[in-house]
Parts: sequence; C-alpha cells; structure tokens
Amino acid sequence: MSVQVSPIDEVKTTPWSGGRSPFNVEYGKMMMWFFLLSDAFTFSSLLIAYGSLRFSSSSWPAPDKVFQSVPGLLDSGAPLVFVGLMTFILILSSVTMVLAVEAGHRLAKKEVLWWMFATIIGGFTFLGCQALEWSHLHHEGFWWGTIPNAEELKHLFTGGNEATYGTYAQQFANLFFTITGFHGFHVFSGVIINIIITVNVLLGTYQKRGSYLMIEKVGLYWHFVDLVWVFVFTFFYLV
Amino acid sequence: MSSETTEVHHEDHGHGEGMTKKKIIQIFLVLLGITVVEFIIALWLVPSGKVPIHWANPIYIVLTLFKAFYIVAYFMHLKFEKIGLALCIIVPILFIIGLILVLTNESHYWIDLRPKIG
Repeated sequence: MSVQVSPIDEVKTTPWSGGRSPFNVEYGKMMMWFFLLSDAFTFSSLLIAYGSLRFSSSSWPAPDKVFQSVPGLLDSGAPLVFVGLMTFILILSSVTMVLAVEAGHRLAKKEVLWWMFATIIGGFTFLGCQALEWSHLHHEGFWWGTIPNAEELKHLFTGGNEATYGTYAQQFANLFFTITGFHGFHVFSGVIINIIITVNVLLGTYQKRGSYLMIEKVGLYWHFVDLVWVFVFTFFYLV
Repeated sequence: MSSETTEVHHEDHGHGEGMTKKKIIQIFLVLLGITVVEFIIALWLVPSGKVPIHWANPIYIVLTLFKAFYIVAYFMHLKFEKIGLALCIIVPILFIIGLILVLTNESHYWIDLRPKIG
C-alpha cells in the first residue's frame, strides 16, 4: 500500500494554481492586449460622441459630396475612390504584418525583415494619403473651427434647413480632424515602433533570443490600428 | 523585453497552428471582399435607389462588425488564445455597447432641443 497524501498536501497543477501564466501568454503580450482594450475605449468614446452628435442633427455634410476628389488627379466626381485606396493600403499592410509574424514562428529572419519592411512602406503610404486628404479638405476651407463659405456649403448637403448648415459643417470638421488625426497619430507611432523592431530584427536581437514574440506584440498594435480604421471608414465615409 | 521572460512562452505555445500563409490570404480576401461589397452598396445600389439609405446604414455596420471579427480573431490571433484571455478582452466591450445605448437615447432628446437653440 502506497503512502497516502492528504488532499491538503497535494500540489495543484491547474492553470490558476500559480507558477505559470493562466492565459498561456507572455506578460508583455497580455499587457499589449490590455492597452489595446483601453485604447479601444478611447476610440469608441470619440466615435460614439461623433455618432450621437450626428444622430441629433437634422442634416449633415454628405460623405460622397465631401470626399469626392483624388488629390493630384481629380478634383471631383470620384466619391470614395481615394479613401478606398487608403483602406486597401492599410488592410494590405496588416496582411504583411501577419506574414511577418508567421515568418517569425519559423525563425526565418530574412522573411521577417522583408515583411516588416513592406509593412512600414504601407504605413508611410497610408500616412501620405491622409496628409493629402487633410490638405485637400483644408484647401476647401475645412479645419478645426473653420468651414467653407455658405455658398460652397450648399453643395455639400443634400437637404435640411440651410440656416443650420454652418453649425453642422463645423461639427463635422472638428470631429473629422480630431478622430482621423488621433487615428493618424496611432498609425504614425505604429510605424515608428515597427521601424525600431525592424532594426532589432536586422541586428539579430530576436534570432539570438530564439523567439520573434516581439513581432507578435507590435503586430497586435498594428492590427488594432487597422481595426480602428475599419470603423472610422464606415462611420465617416459610408454612413 | 528581457530574454528570460520570453523563453517560458516559447516552449509551450502553439500559436503557430492557426495561421498558415494560405489562411492569411483567405482572411485577406474575405476582408477585401467585404470592403468591395460596401463600395458597391455606397456607389451603385444606394444612388440608383435599389437599396434605401435607412437599410444601407445597418448593412454597413453589420459588415464592419464582420470585418472587425476577422481582424481580431485571425490577424490578432484571439481565436487561438486561451478562452480566459479572450473573455478578458471581449466582455469589457459591453461597456462600449452601454455607452452607445445611453448616447443614442440622449441624442434623441437633443433633437428636440436643437430648434430652440437655433
């Protein structure tokens, strides 16, 4: 007969008994998830504020009238084409980021480098497009606290009381620049973080470490930026 | 960022199993497809009157939520993480839904205030 171990002396090995991560993720990755959750709250607050202001307005600048230029090519008549291109670029850079993560699992340094490089290019292209979009709207007269004159505003609305156009156009301008600006700032910091990590890949930091987990963590941030853009795109350009 | 923290993880994580190159391309095509559908609705179906605008908006939102699901579940890998972590991230989203409900309700009230403000 073997020695009886009393239940209280048995060492528990369940996930929540301590000694290991119950979620089976590394600390930094879990913290990145929690940071992204808090960031999701920030973006949601901005977008919901936008939604409720717009919902309570009797008219609003029509997106396919405001955004109908392709900067450098067409001044009007191409609604949503340019923002479609921007969306495509950002989704594409998200894909190259997953491919970098996938290559990292195989410890394929060259492939990780190549895909990270592609992601950075995608990020810069998106930022460039956004700069063009902003300067185009700025030339039309939109800015924080500034709107085009009453005559031009008439072309941007599709109905509603003309006397209220100024109020709603101003709300639109403030919200548009604040929200896309905050998103653009995230894209910018994402690109900077990607560059730092790519330099580390180049130096062989993660190859020596034997794990490209860092790529996964910055990848999470980068996908989150893409995720936010999906919502910004829907609520500013489509709805 | 110290090496000792990553080693623990590296041994027993099986995160690679979910995403192969083929799968990545599939998800990309899904995201691209949904975006194309949104454009078709916005540029053809709504202007030609085939889909009324008050139908188009809920459709956009549902399609957007689909895209969000695919990005979070596959690109951000949440589908392959432990259920506990997934719940930690998903459940707090209820607060966001709460804020949406509160502010939509509130904006109904603002509509009545607007004409008086002018």
